[in-house]
Amino acid sequence: MTHDLLRLATAGSVDDGKSTLVGRLLYDTKSVLADQLDAVERVSRERGLDGADLALLTDGLRAEREQGITIDVAYRYFSTATRSYVLADTPGHVQYTRNMVTGASTAELALILVDARHGVVEQTRRHLAVTGLLGVRHVAVAVNKMDLVDWDRSRYDDIVADARALAARFDIEDVVAVPLSALLGDNVVERSAHTPWYDGPTLLEHLEAVPVGTDPATQPFRFPVQVVVRPQAGEYRDYRGYAGRITAGVVRVGDEVAVLPGGRTTRVVGIDLGRGDGTVTELSEAFAPQSVTLRLADDIDISRGDLLADPGRPGHVTRSVGGTVCVLSERPVRPRDRVLLRAGTRTVRAMVEEIIDQLDIDTVDYRRAPQELRLNDIGRVRVRLADDLPIDDYHELRRSGAFLLIDDADGATLAAGMADAPDRYAGADI
Amino acid sequence: MTRATDYTLDHLDHLESEAIHIFREVEGEFERPVILFSGGKDSVVMLHLALKAFAPAPLPFALLHVDTGHNFPEVLTYRDDTVARTGARLYVAKVQDYIDDGRLRERPDGTRNPLQTVPLLDAIESGRFDAVFGGGRRDEEKARAKERVFSLRDAFGAWDPRRQRPELWDLYNGRHAPGEHVRVFPLSNWTELDVWRYIERERIELPAIYYAHRREVFLRDGMWLTAGDWGGPRQGETVEERTVRYRTVGDMSCTGAVESEAADVADVILEVAASRVTERGATRADDRLSEAAMEDRKKQGYF
Repeated sequence: MTHDLLRLATAGSVDDGKSTLVGRLLYDTKSVLADQLDAVERVSRERGLDGADLALLTDGLRAEREQGITIDVAYRYFSTATRSYVLADTPGHVQYTRNMVTGASTAELALILVDARHGVVEQTRRHLAVTGLLGVRHVAVAVNKMDLVDWDRSRYDDIVADARALAARFDIEDVVAVPLSALLGDNVVERSAHTPWYDGPTLLEHLEAVPVGTDPATQPFRFPVQVVVRPQAGEYRDYRGYAGRITAGVVRVGDEVAVLPGGRTTRVVGIDLGRGDGTVTELSEAFAPQSVTLRLADDIDISRGDLLADPGRPGHVTRSVGGTVCVLSERPVRPRDRVLLRAGTRTVRAMVEEIIDQLDIDTVDYRRAPQELRLNDIGRVRVRLADDLPIDDYHELRRSGAFLLIDDADGATLAAGMADAPDRYAGADI
Repeated sequence: MTRATDYTLDHLDHLESEAIHIFREVEGEFERPVILFSGGKDSVVMLHLALKAFAPAPLPFALLHVDTGHNFPEVLTYRDDTVARTGARLYVAKVQDYIDDGRLRERPDGTRNPLQTVPLLDAIESGRFDAVFGGGRRDEEKARAKERVFSLRDAFGAWDPRRQRPELWDLYNGRHAPGEHVRVFPLSNWTELDVWRYIERERIELPAIYYAHRREVFLRDGMWLTAGDWGGPRQGETVEERTVRYRTVGDMSCTGAVESEAADVADVILEVAASRVTERGATRADDRLSEAAMEDRKKQGYF
């Protein structure tokens, strides 16, 4: 069996015990080593705490320790016999929506914490909204601090019902809840003696069982060209290959591919995987998310920024992108702003044409747009492009429907965007 | 020709694909990238991945080594052999030059790790490098856990955690002003064990000091250090011969050996998997100085 990789993002605040839960996962999977634990125990003692505060394992920067909060996404690593995990540990405060969006962007599973004493609160709603928007398909709800409600089953059942109802609103289909105590370790890795009424998996058992990724066989092929490989010397004098990472689907030698945005088609005659000695291994097929180099039958002008795609299902080539954005910078996004839009390996000049509406993340309603979208705001916009761009509906093909808005002046990343299908805005000038 | 049997990637293939993607993004977006190459295992793995990313074309990047003057001779030999084998261009910035002409002063404890920052920044400036690949991994240390893959540095090489750009999906934003540069960490998501498993799988050759050997060492602050001109042993410290290996390769003055019988990659993997101490905690005196030692060095422009 393959030892695979699962990326997950956590959401929750310090008060929910998120740092303690992450610390517990690391500790119980033996991913914390003695010197790290010594440091935690020393600091815990200095602060007058009784036992080792596992939350200290994940405290990063001095500024954060001084304020007792997390200000940035931190990445943690642990592994079991069958799976390696990359965990994006994101802070859950109101003002840090941007961090949650960042952490969720690469995640396949969101781990959302709920304090059993407080149940589903506005913050939970926000976390589920972001999870749904970012297209994270699996949600694990950790109902934490069950020890403080005496492992009350009906309390747990109510919370799970609330969470499921909310998740359904955001089109999240797979929701698994686990009653646990991060502090004591119950149902995190080790099964709890306090929950005889619970026959589901422990949190780690669930993480071990979640299917990873989307089956590439069901997706149309997408391949943004990163660089052209031309040795121009030696035995590979006439070699010309297009290097990139497959963002969706499968490609086989002999397949027809469309070169977008231009639209010409050609055929794949070779799929190469580079070797450390400077030669290549030839493959008969490759799939997402492999990095490969493709050789093509025809000598077409192809360069960085072009997209090779399944000609039967090529996506959309457009000069008007509509989608949901989350503003990531202090500089607001306003109508008529001139920006750069980056999608795949292509960067085009763009103008924000219209702010369509804004998501009220607490009530989860879309309301008429204000004049601008500010840091941490989420809203729908339409952006006009100076050049053709191939792009997909984010909720069908995550990697090729994602885009960034970039400030042309200082290069700052202004907003993260998720494109809609173009017909979503009937009447728009496409 | 090989054929994939199903469409699931092994986690090492996943990490490899991610790193290759990062190297190619940098080649596509920057003018003058350079790889920091010390001969340490992380930089060796980086170089291997970079070669794979562009094969069958030659490596499009130069290499840069900051030489503390206290390097292990075996590692310098390895470095030069590697440069000859790959045909890469090597730049060397020497801490000793800075000490000789008074721009830097030797520290009382003899360690030269913190002294590398100035020569590094000068070399980046004079080489007009706009992207600098480092072998840093997020699992190494707490401040590194929040590092970006593309880490923006100002004209002083400084890292400001509050100015870092959010990084979403695999859309890396490398835009920077003239004089600024971007540090790039293709191994961000690798752990120490991943690096070793990859070395085994790809049969990558490393400097011999990574494997168990007999060596004259002395004990200081709970670490086995190699005797040398840099300032050891001091009075009261006795040299003895032990079977040791190195988990990290840095400046001889602050890189400790661990007692080990692990003579090959497979042994090392068993040892690392069973280890109860992080590699930095075990072997880097400079990271023990304070809780925020790495955070402070990074802000000043360290690797």
